[in-house]
This record gives sequence, structure tokens and C-alpha cells, in this order.
Amino acid sequence: MATDITFNEVDYWYQAGSPYAVQALRDINLNIKPGSFTAVIGQTGSGKSTLIQHLNALLKPSSGTVTIGDRTIDATTKNKHLKPLRKKVGIVFQFPENQLFEETVLKDIAFGPQNFGVPTDEAMTLAKKMALLVGLDESLLKRSPFDLSGGQMRRVAIAGVLALEPEVLVLDEPTAGLDPRGRLEIMQLVTQLQSEQDLTIVLITHQMDDVANYADHVIVMAHGEMVKQGTPRAIFSDADWLESYQLGLPSATRFANQLIKAGFTFDPMPLTEDELADQLLPQLSKEGHDHG
Amino acid sequence: MAIIQVKNLSYKYHNSDTLAVDDVSFDIQAGDWVAIVGHNGSGKSTLAKLLIGLMPAQEGVITIDGQELSEQTVWQIREKVGMVFQNPDNQFVGATVADDVAFGMENRQVDRETMQERVTYALKQVDMLDYQQREPANLSGGQKQRVALAGVIAIAPKILILDEATSMLDPRGRREILQTIKRLKDELNLTVLSITHDIDEAASADRILVIDDGHFIEEDDPNSIFSHGSALIEMGLDVPFSEKLKLALSTRGLDVPATYQDEGSLVDWLRTLRSTK
Repeated sequence: MATDITFNEVDYWYQAGSPYAVQALRDINLNIKPGSFTAVIGQTGSGKSTLIQHLNALLKPSSGTVTIGDRTIDATTKNKHLKPLRKKVGIVFQFPENQLFEETVLKDIAFGPQNFGVPTDEAMTLAKKMALLVGLDESLLKRSPFDLSGGQMRRVAIAGVLALEPEVLVLDEPTAGLDPRGRLEIMQLVTQLQSEQDLTIVLITHQMDDVANYADHVIVMAHGEMVKQGTPRAIFSDADWLESYQLGLPSATRFANQLIKAGFTFDPMPLTEDELADQLLPQLSKEGHDHG
Repeated sequence: MAIIQVKNLSYKYHNSDTLAVDDVSFDIQAGDWVAIVGHNGSGKSTLAKLLIGLMPAQEGVITIDGQELSEQTVWQIREKVGMVFQNPDNQFVGATVADDVAFGMENRQVDRETMQERVTYALKQVDMLDYQQREPANLSGGQKQRVALAGVIAIAPKILILDEATSMLDPRGRREILQTIKRLKDELNLTVLSITHDIDEAASADRILVIDDGHFIEEDDPNSIFSHGSALIEMGLDVPFSEKLKLALSTRGLDVPATYQDEGSLVDWLRTLRSTK
């Protein structure tokens, strides 16, 4: 059964009940559909990371409910029997390479399933499969994960989560700190997992170009609240509103706004450089583009 | 005057068959901000480690501020070089922001009074004086990186090396730290060497030095480097958005200028082409 995730009036307080209680989430209502690619954007400290930890009950709502597939989590849910849930929704945290620890790449990837009770042989087979799926060369599997490049280490960490065979893959800034090629490769891997493995993707990111290129749904967080949700086109249609939350536009949309001031028109507003180029070309005079 | 001179530098890691840095030579002029760009594994961080003598090069000569780097001079040279790394958490030692900034000076036997003056001065420079009694762990990423920078400013280096120092920051944190570094460079007459794959950081530099698979490719001003467009992309590097759009237009049959254009000049150029039918 495909896993649907629904937040219903979710509040979350850190150190709830103590004098130091801080509210991190306020009245969150949202739905993440199976097979969708949801981007979560918002400033540092807006509640994005707290939000995603509710996706597999690493945190439980202080009030309200989170329904993940057929399980409903609230403040009274016991930590017992949450394992199936954590297998269903895999989270790749920020800088996941810091969590690598095994002697070899293969063992590191196999650690997750073994921890969930999968026999060693089976876990190793699964680990190998996932390593190849994320594009790690077989020659790397016997190496120490610490000998790998940043981008490769991150693939190992993602493979480790995939080895739990989740239905929902949550990634917290998976491309932070990588070079342009590494960023592109990780994002291509994520979309490939969505389309070929039928995974639901939830991506936290500061890269508006990635939101424009890959997401079909966007959740905007600010001060612990979900201040807007919608398609990338709807979210990026209001530059002033985004700016008021110190969020930016995709490069193409930002540049199109400059071109509007120079007399060009766009409908709809372009989100990517290809969309921008397609709309721009018919507005340019002949002598500019006759020559091939 | 060249404050950093690198001649025929080579380095090979013991477990590798290929040279991580392969016969690299370049000069860096005092007061310049030079961005060293290259994809992950291109050898840029190895180069930085060689420059401050964290490991000895197998071949080549590094001269910093007139002194040739060797086992004998490495400590004197490090007095002149401050380094800020990617992850400030790995660099913090003090219980408070002020202690942390003072740490570098403690290692250099600076007396207490001077130390306090310099801590205050350095924190003011990065706009973090109000936070001096706070715990570094509780700061935002951008604030942490500014504290790390203050620790370096306090030892009054001539050269500042930034090793992917903005790569863990969100866009706002990155903008803030780059503005701070620019201001400090001008006020303190620093030479800045920033190892980066962030296009905005590279664009902030006076010069860009391109490294690919251990080889020196080119050193020039950002405009000239960015005009290489697709060649940079092939090396796994980023180009400014204006160049990406030019590529997209050119694949659609439009004749585009070969020289680099920033966004402003690209808008101007497109404006002249706009058909007014």
C-alpha cells in the first residue's frame, strides 16, 4: 500500500512542560501524496528539520496528529512498534557522511537493514544492490567509506537509508557542500529514485533552482508555521512575498523579472533557463537569430 | 609583489597512483583575492594543505612573503597565514565565543591585555561583539563562520585562506560572510585565497585560478574565466546564470556574444534585440 502522510493541527514544543519550552511547530496541516516530490523551503530555524523528523515519528507531535499510511501518531504514542514506520520512511540527514562508521562501504550500507533484523547475508546482498542503484562502483565496496570523496560518501549514506527499502525518502539538504557536478548527480539520482523506484520524495533545500527543476509541490515554512504550499509555479509567482521571508527565486525567474523591466513579457513566469530561453526567443528581432 | 609563489609543486598521496597536485606553478599578488576553483577531488584542498605546510610536497618550492617554506620556516610562515575551514564546528575549542577567538593567540604567547584588546577588535570586525559570552555551539552557521574568521583576524595574518568556508551556509549566511571578508580584505590589506566551488564566491574574487585533476589550467580575472562557459561546465564547475542562459539561447540558434556578460549587461544586450513590432 502506498504511504500517504497527513499532518493534522500539529504543534511541537521542544522541552515541552519545562520553563525552557520553545514552540518549533505551530498548527501544521498538510498532506504528502504517494509518488510526489515535495520540496520544503524556509530560512534556517524556520522549523523545516523539526517538521521532517515528524515524518517517521522521530519526534511526536505535542498536540495534533501525524498519520503515516495506516498509523496515526500523537503525543501519547509509545516508542514501541515504531520500527515498521521507520523502515517505511527513510531520512537522510544533513551531512550524512558524518554518520558513516563501518570498515567498508558495503558493511556501512548493510548496517541499517541488519539493525532492523535482516540476516547478514541478505543485508549484504541488499547493500550491494543499493550501492549499484546509487551509482557506486563495485570496486569501492571493499574500501573504507572515509577514503571516498564527499559526493561518494553521500551516496553511501543514501544507499544505507535505501537499504531499509523505504516508500518515502526524506533528504535534508542532500547537496550542501558538494561541487556543481556532485550536486547535479545527487539530484538526478533523487529524481531517478522517484520515477524508477516509485519513491515519494521530501526534499529540504535552499536551492530554489532545484525546487523549480524537480519538485511538484512546495511547502514554505517560517517561524514554525507553514505559511504557504502549492506548485513551484504558484509559489514563485510572488517575488515580493518570498522576499518578505528572505527567500529567493529560481535564477531564471529572477532574471525574467529583470527582463520584464526592460519591456519583455512572460506568461507563465519561467522557472528554468530552458523555459526562459523558449519564451525569450520569439520576442527577439530577426537579425539576432537568423544565424545558426 | 607576489606574496605567494608556487613553483613546480607536486604531491602524491601514498595510496594513490596519480598525482593529486601535478607540477603546479603560480604567483599570487599581495592584496588580491584569488579564488581557486575546481571540482571535488581536483586537488584544491591538497594545494591549500601544502601551502601552510600541513604536509610536505614531494617536489617544488613554495615561497610565502619572501620565505621559502621548509621544516625550519613552517612555524614562522603559519604566523602569517590564517585559515578558515568548511565546518567551523570542527575548529571550535573555546567555551565562549571570546575564549575561542583568544585561542589562536594563546598559542602565540600574546600577553593578556593585548589579547583582550584583539578579541574585542576581531569580534567587532565581524560584527559579533554582542555574542562574546555566548557558547559557539548555539550560534547559526553563518555566525559560527564569522567567529572562526574573528579567531583568524585576531592573529593579524597577512594571508587568509578560506577552504570552502561558505559551502555549509545557507544563501543568506553565505552573502553575509562574503561581504564581511571583502570589507576585511580592504581594511586590513589582506591577501585572500579562497578555495571554492561556489560561483558567487568565485565571482567576488579579483582573480580566479582553475585547477582540474591536479593540473593548473588557467589564472585570470573572473570575466575572462567565465567567458569559457561550456568548458567550465565540462570541468564540473559552475558558471554564472547569465552564461547558462546564453548557452540555452545559442543552442536555439541565436548568435550570442563570446565575451562574458554579467546579468546587467546581458539584459542590456537583449533589450537592443527586442523586436518592437
